[in-house]
Amino acid sequence: MNPDLDYITWFGIDWPVEIEWGLVKTGQILAVMIYLLLTLAFILLFDRKVWAAVQLRKGPNVVGPFGLLQSFADFFKFVFKEIVIPAGANKTVFILAPLITFVLAFVGWAVVPWGNGWVIADLNVGILYLFAISSLGVYGIIMGGWASNSKYPFLGGLRSAAQMVSYEVSIGFIIITVLLLVGSLNLSAIVDAQRDGIWMWHGFRLANFAEFPNNILVGAIMLAMMVMFFVSALAETNRPPFDLPEAESELVAGYQVEYSSTPYLLFMIGEYLNIVLMCAMTSILFLGGWHLPWGAVDDPILGFLVLSAKIWFVFFMFAMVKAIVPRYRYDQLMRLGWKVFLPTSLVAVAAIAYYVTFLQPASAAITAGG
Amino acid sequence: MLAAIAFYVLAAIAVISAFAVIAARNPVHSVLFLILTFFTAAGLFVLLGAEFLAMLLVVVYVGAVAVLFLFVVMMLDVDFAELKQGFLSYMPVGALVAAALLAELVLVASAASSAGGAPIAIGQGESETTNAAAIGQVLYTEYLLVFQLAGLVLFVAMIGAIVLTLRHRPGVKKQDVGAQVGRRRSEGVELKDVRPGQGLG
Repeated sequence: MNPDLDYITWFGIDWPVEIEWGLVKTGQILAVMIYLLLTLAFILLFDRKVWAAVQLRKGPNVVGPFGLLQSFADFFKFVFKEIVIPAGANKTVFILAPLITFVLAFVGWAVVPWGNGWVIADLNVGILYLFAISSLGVYGIIMGGWASNSKYPFLGGLRSAAQMVSYEVSIGFIIITVLLLVGSLNLSAIVDAQRDGIWMWHGFRLANFAEFPNNILVGAIMLAMMVMFFVSALAETNRPPFDLPEAESELVAGYQVEYSSTPYLLFMIGEYLNIVLMCAMTSILFLGGWHLPWGAVDDPILGFLVLSAKIWFVFFMFAMVKAIVPRYRYDQLMRLGWKVFLPTSLVAVAAIAYYVTFLQPASAAITAGG
Repeated sequence: MLAAIAFYVLAAIAVISAFAVIAARNPVHSVLFLILTFFTAAGLFVLLGAEFLAMLLVVVYVGAVAVLFLFVVMMLDVDFAELKQGFLSYMPVGALVAAALLAELVLVASAASSAGGAPIAIGQGESETTNAAAIGQVLYTEYLLVFQLAGLVLFVAMIGAIVLTLRHRPGVKKQDVGAQVGRRRSEGVELKDVRPGQGLG
């Protein structure tokens, strides 16, 4: 036995402490994954129900009460179908693409703080990690599009690569405005900076009249940043009105034309999980994370419920946008990303930096190092 | 113990995938292996306690630069037979470059180890400052001029790329969003009284 290591005794046997740590983390990861998959099943149904309600339809209502079990029925249908791989496809990459999308969609959730102290990995660079993982999501799509060895998927993959790289830039700058206000890249710290109430939520700093008139400057900017983050999130996750990678009317189903059965299911789960992750990011960055509008929440269970409710609310907005807004043309999409969002967010970063350096009350000023 | 296991796994993947970059027959596979190499390098950075650098590596290289690599390589029409033909004639130059690189690496590594170990684990240990704060402190105080100059060089390169590719062709139709939104009904719609059997002429 190595004397340099710490040991823990279970069932009369000494185990290295890393084993305990590993088991605890594995349990936490499993719990989050199961919760996410269940959320996903119902959020998919919710998406379709909202869409249907806007169009005065009933939506899925056959499987289970109110169609509640529709997603599970779809799941089994996908799993039991035959996997068809096109003859000219690059098989390894073809299978790898949906797996990458699926895995990356889950990996990002490791740093999401669910409540006070409820986080799997409390990274110092949490928000940067989320940003990095969401920027990797493009690989699943571009690899799937290329490996299919077919024109429509390839065009879809190329479109998506250009689109996601473009909107990442503005998302990065928008995140920087929040970071400047908080002074930390840690997600728990970002949420805790908004603990006092809705007037400290980054999206609603306008209501913080205690520091009038500076609240008008920072509040207006951050409100705009919240809206821009929401729109960029739509583009980053290929949601309508920016669903050009799979524009049905032009590219049939874009990068996933050749996918069937389980690989398609993995693509779809990954895509929706990315959408929910973006909802969680919006909630954490701008809507106070696990805190209630009228005050701080220190109980992790209540915080968990509050954050889940906020995620559902933001997803409702996603669903409404899908139902209401017509699809953008490709050049309009690029114009919005590069000529509108990028300059606006750059100016916003400069303005928020000015506020933090010269106008912010001394009590709230960031201590060096954050 | 976990750190050691993680290091050996990451290092093995990095070396194998780096070799596969040059060994793969399909250039797209090469780029994919290159991405894997970048990614494992980011993992190694995390093990060194440089998590900020690791995330930057993933965001900048894996998330943006490599996507553009992939973008270009996928659209290239590469003739593999032709590529193989030139191999022997390029080999001496390639070997020379490889030898120079190896010599430099050995030189740096031996110099660093003789100076009392590599300057690693800046973010670890008792110090309170985080990675990002530590890098910012150094970058914006001691190396401010160099940092700004590097930014200027990138800026010039960016403008150069735009100048090289931007061509103003006459007669290109462009969308003017302001004009579209500012259009009135009186400018866009005209009522014509068409008599039966005559048409507009």
